[in-house]
Amino acid sequence: MSGPAVLVVGVGNPLRGDDGAGRAVARLVRARAIPAVDVIEQDGDAASLVDAWRQAGAVILVDALQSGAEPGSIRRFEVSHRPLPGRMFGPSTHAFGLFDAVELARALNQLPPVLIVYGIEGQSFAMGGGLSARIQAAVPELAARVADEALALRAPAS
Amino acid sequence: MTSRTLRVDLLARVEGEGGLSVRVRDGAVTDVKLKIFEPPRFFEALLRGRDHREAPDITARICGICPVAYQMSAVHAMEDAFGVTVDGPLRALRRLIYCGEWIESHALHVYLLHAPDFLGYPDAIRMAKDHPAVVQRGLRLKKAGNALIRLLGGREVHPINVRVGGFYRTPAKAALQELADELAWARDAAREAVRWAASLPCPELEQPYLFVALRHPDEYPFNEGRLVSSGGLDIGVREYDGHFTEEHVGYSNALHAVLDGGQAYCVGPLARYALNGDRLSPVAREAARDAGLGPVCRNPFRSIVVRSVEILQACDEAVRLIERYERPEPPAVAVPVRPGIGYACTEAPRGILYHRYRIDEQGTILDAKIVPPTSQNQKTIENDLRQFVPGHLDLPAGELRRRCEQIVRNYDPCLSCSTHLLTLELDRA
Repeated sequence: MSGPAVLVVGVGNPLRGDDGAGRAVARLVRARAIPAVDVIEQDGDAASLVDAWRQAGAVILVDALQSGAEPGSIRRFEVSHRPLPGRMFGPSTHAFGLFDAVELARALNQLPPVLIVYGIEGQSFAMGGGLSARIQAAVPELAARVADEALALRAPAS
Repeated sequence: MTSRTLRVDLLARVEGEGGLSVRVRDGAVTDVKLKIFEPPRFFEALLRGRDHREAPDITARICGICPVAYQMSAVHAMEDAFGVTVDGPLRALRRLIYCGEWIESHALHVYLLHAPDFLGYPDAIRMAKDHPAVVQRGLRLKKAGNALIRLLGGREVHPINVRVGGFYRTPAKAALQELADELAWARDAAREAVRWAASLPCPELEQPYLFVALRHPDEYPFNEGRLVSSGGLDIGVREYDGHFTEEHVGYSNALHAVLDGGQAYCVGPLARYALNGDRLSPVAREAARDAGLGPVCRNPFRSIVVRSVEILQACDEAVRLIERYERPEPPAVAVPVRPGIGYACTEAPRGILYHRYRIDEQGTILDAKIVPPTSQNQKTIENDLRQFVPGHLDLPAGELRRRCEQIVRNYDPCLSCSTHLLTLELDRA
């Protein structure tokens, strides 16, 4: 495997309010500069996502959720062997988003060995930049969880 | 009396949000409405009072799939207002970034959004399990297009390197050369893909379209040309407003465009091919002939074949442009500001995209008009449905609804652009 041990991907459109939360989390994780952990940001286009994680050993995706839960609440899905529960990610105007990326990769046998998806429930996905207060407040905690998980995945117990 | 309504509340596999309703009474279609919900985006108002140099970056935000088209129409319109011509290698570089956008946008549509309709799958994910090689080819083609946009535009989505007068920075010859092998692969794959697209089972429908596209003396059109139609229209882009008008319809947030007193017209791959087939490169022309397209294709379902020919055209052109590339210096020409009105039409993947700006002596935008391709195709999409549905009322409701959605997808409608978005409602009961 030529890619990073762990790839963290912040997904979303920072110009659609809380849809930028995944990328805000990614930037905090990147600031920790953890060796062998790459951090990238993407807008959520499925083809680019599938391509981005092709070389990685383990992948953690972070995106905003729209599931009706409490704004700022965090959910974790392990999707290497089980599909995401539904199309609840982001307000992407792309006809092909994160859910499709995961299932398309599964259909093509291109899922990374470990694929974890963290979702943070958004409140507003209206046009315009900036996270709402409750989401902003939850970003550091999620970044810490993602960083801890990336560290754990980087050096699997052998 | 028997009547029924087919309704698709939220159309899938299109960019943005919209719906469709078709009402049938006694075997005749009495009403077809393509409804675009995504709220009007007021970009034209947003542009007022902004500096002319901001237009390419602001308008690129209208669409995540065809930002290059918005940038190109914006910079050409500004250059028209200021009497500036961008030629030579900078012009070639603009064609190259446009090739990238056609490749990525068409590949997304052909392989991930449209092909499942022809092969009988509800989506590309289920299609990928049975046709993995087809989907892999689509993804790799799309990636090749995105790589061009990333290199020339600074990033894949909403590129930031295009400016009035040229580019902020031009790539080194070696950097472009790195893409040459992948684009040579893409050209070969795209040649094979035209054969594949031509073999897809295709419903019959022939429509008397009034085609409208740009036409250039010796190029398949991207950035410039005269506006021509299959009905004999042949005008400069500056005359657009005298012939094309937009009407508000109550059920949609997108304006409907009409030509010369109310005629519906068709823009995009079918129109470009019909009006510019003789401008295709030899390899694309040969592929179109082998696919049995003929000089004009009036079957909207076969747009998937024409789109595949255009992917080949764009790959072939990209290979040639990269071979001949010499880094332009400086990366942009000087643009002396003067008050005036600038006009431009360029060929976005979905058809002509018109921009008009009025600029004051400081270079500030006083007003802006933007007419995206999807709003121009709305009436034509409705006409296709009016023609198709009466002959297919014996289909089970689910099948008929699927065909109606396919007709809408024939146009790769970008609904987020056209509200300057889709759901099918088929009322027949």
